[in-house]
Amino acid sequence: MRGEIRTYPARGTKERAELVARLADRAKFIRLETVRLAEIPGAGHYTGTFSAAELIASLYYAELRYRPDEPGWPERDRLVLSKGHAAIGLYPVLADVGFFDHRLLDDYTRLGSAFGDHPDMRKITGVDFSSGSLGHGLSVSTGMALAGRIHGLGYRVFCVAGDGELGEGQMWEAAMSAGQFGLGSLVCVVDRNGLSIDGPTEEIMGIEPLADKFASFRWDVQRIDGHDLDAILDAYDRLEPPGRGRPQVIIADTVKGRGVRRMEGDVGWHVGRLAGADYDEVIAEIRAGLQPLTAGGHDA
Amino acid sequence: MPDHSVRPAPPEAPQASPGQNLSGLFRGTDEAQALKDPKSGKGIALTSVPAFVAGAELADLADTNDRIVVLTADLAHANRTIDFGIRHPDRFFNVGVAEQNMISIAAGMASTGLIPYAATFAAYAALLACEQIRTDCAYTGMPVRILGHHAGMSLGFYGTSHHSLEDLGIMRTIAELTVVCAADANQLRAILRASLSHPGPMYIRMGRGRDPQVYAEPPADFQIGRATRLREGTDLAIITTGSEVHPSLAAAERLAATGIGVRVIDMHTIHPLDTGEILAAAQQAGAVLTVEEHNVAGGLGSAVAETLADAGVAARFRRLGVPGVHVVLGPPAALYAHYQLDAAGIESAARQLLAGFGRPT
Repeated sequence: MRGEIRTYPARGTKERAELVARLADRAKFIRLETVRLAEIPGAGHYTGTFSAAELIASLYYAELRYRPDEPGWPERDRLVLSKGHAAIGLYPVLADVGFFDHRLLDDYTRLGSAFGDHPDMRKITGVDFSSGSLGHGLSVSTGMALAGRIHGLGYRVFCVAGDGELGEGQMWEAAMSAGQFGLGSLVCVVDRNGLSIDGPTEEIMGIEPLADKFASFRWDVQRIDGHDLDAILDAYDRLEPPGRGRPQVIIADTVKGRGVRRMEGDVGWHVGRLAGADYDEVIAEIRAGLQPLTAGGHDA
Repeated sequence: MPDHSVRPAPPEAPQASPGQNLSGLFRGTDEAQALKDPKSGKGIALTSVPAFVAGAELADLADTNDRIVVLTADLAHANRTIDFGIRHPDRFFNVGVAEQNMISIAAGMASTGLIPYAATFAAYAALLACEQIRTDCAYTGMPVRILGHHAGMSLGFYGTSHHSLEDLGIMRTIAELTVVCAADANQLRAILRASLSHPGPMYIRMGRGRDPQVYAEPPADFQIGRATRLREGTDLAIITTGSEVHPSLAAAERLAATGIGVRVIDMHTIHPLDTGEILAAAQQAGAVLTVEEHNVAGGLGSAVAETLADAGVAARFRRLGVPGVHVVLGPPAALYAHYQLDAAGIESAARQLLAGFGRPT
């Protein structure tokens, strides 16, 4: 069983406000580092990383149990970044929490670097599983969760999945098997930013009603605003103990490109590059923090 | 247009009644008589070899190794992994008809220190779940063991959808993936035992589970990556693997009866390849025949040809396999005869090779 059930400070308390402020700052850090690193190769998956910034920050700075000084700790919670193209936002976090020296990131994507567009577990301490090929992560996470049962360990496995990759049949094979095996230790966090490469998911290949789909595969479902850190923490608090017999999904409604106005909801920025003056503007905008959504935004 | 030029295959040998020796049904019975133990020289009695032994063998190994887990995709009875499931139910997982999910689940399990064995038809392991094997098992270095059974065309009249005549070609090009073929139940036991301490992922190719016996017992000297020389001879070297080891030995016996000495090499490991054994065979015999239940393109024959070409070693050479076609319909024994992959066919191919080489025929 899980060693501790983490209950976050109640809303309205000073401790809660401090925690949320800290997570907001780290989400900002993820966006800033993404912009910085993407300049090295001259291209980056900005928008799918920005949509997941609050999710990644809240997982690594609040929810996950791990030991940077003992990366192989058998009882650690696992995180599988099924949407591996958000790795550019994961690397700075892994360095920041102490898995490796942040200066290693200066070689991002350069010849021989450990850090590419998608994460490699054999090269990067703290990466629980390699990813990049969409649709695999939930199966891998299911395997880790089954293994936890075999080992008698109470860790949780968090799978951070994109919404576009829910078009892969393997995601639903995994969802079906996790329901069948009753994997209460498995949590899938769907970054529901609404856009895949070619356009809105509901125009390209619709995946709604998503909550109903997961529920029909025998999952417990929560649906939240994936940029609202209070809502995210509440969702983590509502997770049933891992020993319970149903996998759990948090569908996080997000905005692709959130935090940089010109990118918000813009399908053209899935992979892109900032130039000159734009770069400085974007940095300033990120530093200012999340602003009310523009017309292109998801829930505008 | 469909090709109707092929004559219908002869009917399968008569079915055995319960309890009857089944071993002769799936290869010509004549070749069985000729077999001798390569070491002792004694005749091998072709007793009925149990169907799939992997489930039982892994169950035995798991009695003393708690890292072993077994997965299958709705084939627990067909491949007898149920024998493992009965003895170790907590470490047995049937994922239903979802091969890609099975391979990736196995990879996730392996990341926690387990050694997963994932069993399904070779066609669906190597072709349907190819990318999961490459990306989740090989790229990550996870010690997943993929048991691809009913390989080649051993599913006979089930047809091309169920055949895997491409798997060796695909699997051997995947970096850091070890590819091994089992010739019979005893060699499979040896492979499974060796797999416990083998680093990285493995693709283990198996037949239909009714393979005639080649090895009287699990070979104690079995080593992944080191070919097994089963027979000595100086006129020709047959390099073969998996299901074709048995008929190749039978063909060698027939050739020996007419004065042609044949070295038979069981190249059980396709990747990494025992190139030293290949080059020695070519240099010492001067003629090399490769025999495999696989398309001639991409498999063992191609790997041997690459080895000879890279080393600049010249030898009379022929690849015997399925000639790049979707095989005609028929029961397994008829198919092996049709494509010259039974003892008579191999003997014939060998004589043709040598006839063009100024050797006795």
